[in-house]
Amino acid sequence: MNNYSNRKFIVGGIFAFVILIFIIRLFNLQIIDDQYKLSAESNSQRRVTQYAARGLIYDRNGELLVYNQAAYDLMIIPRQVKTFDTLDFCYLLGIDKEDLIHRIQKAKKHSWYRSSIFIKQLSSERYAVLQEKLYKFPGFFVQTRTLRKYPHHNAAHTLGYLGEVNDRNIKKDDYYTQGDYIGKNGIENTYEEILRGVKGLKVYWVDVYNRIKGSFHDGKLDRDAIEGQDIKTTLDINLQEYGEKLMQNKKGGIVAIEPKTGEILVKLSSPGYDPEMFVGRAMSKNYRELANNDTLKPLFDRSMMATYPPGSIFKLVNALIALQEGIITPYTRIKCQNGYHAGSFTMGCHPHKSPVDLKESVQISCNAYYAQTFRDILDAPRFNSINESYTNWRRHVTSFGFGEKLGTDLPNELTGFIPTANYYNKVIRTRNWKSLNVVSLAIGQGELSITPLQMANMVACVANRGYYYTPHIVKSIGSNNSIDPKFLKKNKTTIDPSYFEPVIEGMDLVVHGGEGSTGRSSAIKDIRVCGKTGTVQNPHGDDHSVYVAFAPKDDPKIAIVVYVENGVWGARYAAPISGLMIEKYLKGEISENKKYLEKKMLEADLIKEQEIKKVQLKKESSHE
Amino acid sequence: MNRKVSLIKNLDWMTIMLYAILVFLGWINIYAAVYNEDHQSIFDATQRYGKQLMWIGAAIFIAIIILTIESKFYSAFAYPTLILMILLLLAVLTFGVKVNGARSWFELGAIRFQPAEFAKFATNLAIARYLSQHNFKIHRLKSLAVTGLILFTPAVLILMQNDTGSALVYSVFILVLYREGLSGFVLFLALLAAIFFVFTLIYSSFTVSILILIIAAISLKTIGIQTKQIAIATAMLAGSFGTLWLINKGTNFQLGNFSLVVISILLNTIPFLIYTYRQKIKKAALVLLLVIGSLFYTFSVSYIFDTVLESHQQQRINELLGIKSDPYGTGYNVNQSKIAIGSGGFNGKGFLNGTQTKFNFVPEQSTDFIFCTVGEEWGFLGSALVLLLHLSLILRLIYLSERQRSSFSRIYGYGVAAILFFHVAVNVGMTIGLAPVIGIPLPFFSYGGSSLWSFTILLFIFLRLDANRLELLR
Ligand SMILES: [Zn+2]
Repeated sequence: MNNYSNRKFIVGGIFAFVILIFIIRLFNLQIIDDQYKLSAESNSQRRVTQYAARGLIYDRNGELLVYNQAAYDLMIIPRQVKTFDTLDFCYLLGIDKEDLIHRIQKAKKHSWYRSSIFIKQLSSERYAVLQEKLYKFPGFFVQTRTLRKYPHHNAAHTLGYLGEVNDRNIKKDDYYTQGDYIGKNGIENTYEEILRGVKGLKVYWVDVYNRIKGSFHDGKLDRDAIEGQDIKTTLDINLQEYGEKLMQNKKGGIVAIEPKTGEILVKLSSPGYDPEMFVGRAMSKNYRELANNDTLKPLFDRSMMATYPPGSIFKLVNALIALQEGIITPYTRIKCQNGYHAGSFTMGCHPHKSPVDLKESVQISCNAYYAQTFRDILDAPRFNSINESYTNWRRHVTSFGFGEKLGTDLPNELTGFIPTANYYNKVIRTRNWKSLNVVSLAIGQGELSITPLQMANMVACVANRGYYYTPHIVKSIGSNNSIDPKFLKKNKTTIDPSYFEPVIEGMDLVVHGGEGSTGRSSAIKDIRVCGKTGTVQNPHGDDHSVYVAFAPKDDPKIAIVVYVENGVWGARYAAPISGLMIEKYLKGEISENKKYLEKKMLEADLIKEQEIKKVQLKKESSHE
Repeated sequence: MNRKVSLIKNLDWMTIMLYAILVFLGWINIYAAVYNEDHQSIFDATQRYGKQLMWIGAAIFIAIIILTIESKFYSAFAYPTLILMILLLLAVLTFGVKVNGARSWFELGAIRFQPAEFAKFATNLAIARYLSQHNFKIHRLKSLAVTGLILFTPAVLILMQNDTGSALVYSVFILVLYREGLSGFVLFLALLAAIFFVFTLIYSSFTVSILILIIAAISLKTIGIQTKQIAIATAMLAGSFGTLWLINKGTNFQLGNFSLVVISILLNTIPFLIYTYRQKIKKAALVLLLVIGSLFYTFSVSYIFDTVLESHQQQRINELLGIKSDPYGTGYNVNQSKIAIGSGGFNGKGFLNGTQTKFNFVPEQSTDFIFCTVGEEWGFLGSALVLLLHLSLILRLIYLSERQRSSFSRIYGYGVAAILFFHVAVNVGMTIGLAPVIGIPLPFFSYGGSSLWSFTILLFIFLRLDANRLELLR
């Protein structure tokens, strides 16, 4: 025993005292104070989410692209459901009894106490009728939300769409709950937090008849929804629409950029789809159909996610690098004997006058000129090894935005591929490979792969004589004009501005060089267009046709790339389509003398053509 | 054979019964808290109540193991156990998994466990061992330092895991120390500190300084200074304060009222000391020291609150003290919790009939806020009963502790009682708005294996010691 034994009373007393205080407090809370009392028998709360109106989306000229329309979801709280006239209910909703039972079961499985969606997006007529009779069906109520609506049926890939949140979204951001919508692609996705606003909450008292009796707790728990902010995009929807028309029945993509700002004017992938298909109840069915059953892959955004070898348009880059490295001057002339020959190696070229200087090499796209120049870049004596010289070449190439993400404000951008020196060390199995091993890079073939967006950005670099602004799709958010500062930062290429002029002269000749100029069909009266055609070998069918251009020559307002799969040569489809796009953008309409060209482009159906060719090929082979 | 019989005979079955009732009530409450119609079976192991049943099974197994171990073992291995736990606490800081912002869990496959829970019994054993040593003298500096080391090491490590609640538990050992002879004055000071803390935040440092002076005046009276002298002192203070206030007003010093009070007191310190020294009232110096100490403390509280505490901690304290109320933000949980409990009325809505606790209005309804389900479904009767059951268990533990011959067992028993009390007080206090929102479990009620096992271990080690109470353990 020790002296302090009496302290047990004090310690015990403290314990008892605190518990006593608690019991008095409970007595107060539970019996005296009415503030916290609910008469649980006849009342229950209903928490109604106040969905924030999602921000609208406009094009660069203030043309509305995406807005909201009201939709009505019928909600259910299984615990509050009492016996009701199922026949009447089914009739009102236009469902059968089996469906009804199935839906109730599903709701119970979700939660007995919390509300879940019973029927999505009732039509407003059905909602009007139901509204009158809803008091007969305790446990059911209607929640208003908004759906997207598209006045123009274009630019689906860029705008993106809304879909219900999945478990991953909910885990990542606890703002979302089951049944919420979230931007799944495009602008809707990257600018989700700006567009969505903040949802609010209203808590009501409801009586046994499911009637709202008033605000719960004097509205203390209510929160107003905060509307999403509107977004003005850089798109020109008229031009976009026109481009989609020109590309109908063709596979490929168009990207047009305003070189001075990096604003994306047009970005399309063909075949596309109508954004309305991804709204409302038909969405999941349409999605499945487009994703699984359509061999043309309309969901696939070719403008950013397809990577193609760039072909001849890449000669522009190699010409600039050669000038920068001092390998050639604008007056360097190189002979072409129907191609480039080195030992047993031959890279063919079409017949043309020889030798050619730099401008002419661009104009007629001489393979020999570039094979020779490219090898000279890699074999330059100032480098100790091929690894060093190749890495230097690659440094120039990537300064145009190739080989990595440009960092636009759209999701799913691909990097493309510019092989590293190490890549070849591995593939060729020696560090001492020769420039001849990789000579196909000279003409944009080989392992290179580049997205149309990157090609357009490259043209913007040329148009700007040496720099680019990261391409982006948003011009302003809400009422303030600020955009992400990274889009205001000038990205300089490694090429000195003075070297661009001779190359641009060559591009001018592509369009205006007279007979034999491959880009003639893109010429526009009164506007100086500079361009470059490309043809990319395609082992699976007809070659791909590609054309890059910018205009006007001295004050570029648009840089564009048109990529037409199976378009055979750049001159056949890609160049005329580019010319029409530029004219439409700069002049607003197509001049009379080019109407026939427009008609021809609109009517061309390369998809059917390819199908027929494939069938013929099969027939021929089966005859043998 | 004989030993077994005597062990069973010597066990305190009343404690075991209280334990069993609490665990059972806890389990059916978890069932009610997460009840849904699709998993109606209370044994459904995919649900929390099914899992809790498994934890209970494991707890019984742990209890039996503890009872079969020799009681000497517990005092002999008190220090190694604490060292092991400290190592685990260190390990969890580096290898642990983050849950709700606190890095305090180990994850072994499907099982998660929280070393902080088990540090409690280890610390309690070590404290009991140390305080029961012959050469322990509570007011010796070395003894206090070692005691502090035993308590602060786990507390600081747990604080570093961001688990403020579990760290604060160690403060309750002051009651154990008090029982073992710590001066009541220290306990009084701790209480005073708490009161000043609250007052400083609710009112202002200035108000508290006035309060301190009033207390000082009363103390001076009780140690034999005449009312007239106190009045003179008051007048001198008021005079200095008034003068300073005017000077402050006229110049650019911009001092606060609190600073003016402090300066006035310091100015009058010397005449006060000279006077009391002449009158041979020695205790007056002590009063003065207390006043200055309190003022310094008041200043530190507002300084620490404004500059050291993080904003969410400030908010929780503000919310509790009613300084700022924000029913959607920090106050949301407590508000919802009070609605749930308040709606229970006198006898509650009935088992499984609660609505507030099931709509997800109340967060953490099966863990930290489990008491809401009790309050809503069982009303005042049920919640008072649960509190009384806990109180009975705690008082029973004190009674048992006092009958121990060995001071080791007694101190350990007090520790168990104090830890249980702290959990009940803070957890229930939080749900009814009398304590800040600090996440610690309600013993035997909150869902989770770690906390149930921890309380089981705490309790049954004591029961094992108690069964051997007739032997003198050192
Ligand atoms: Zn040639």
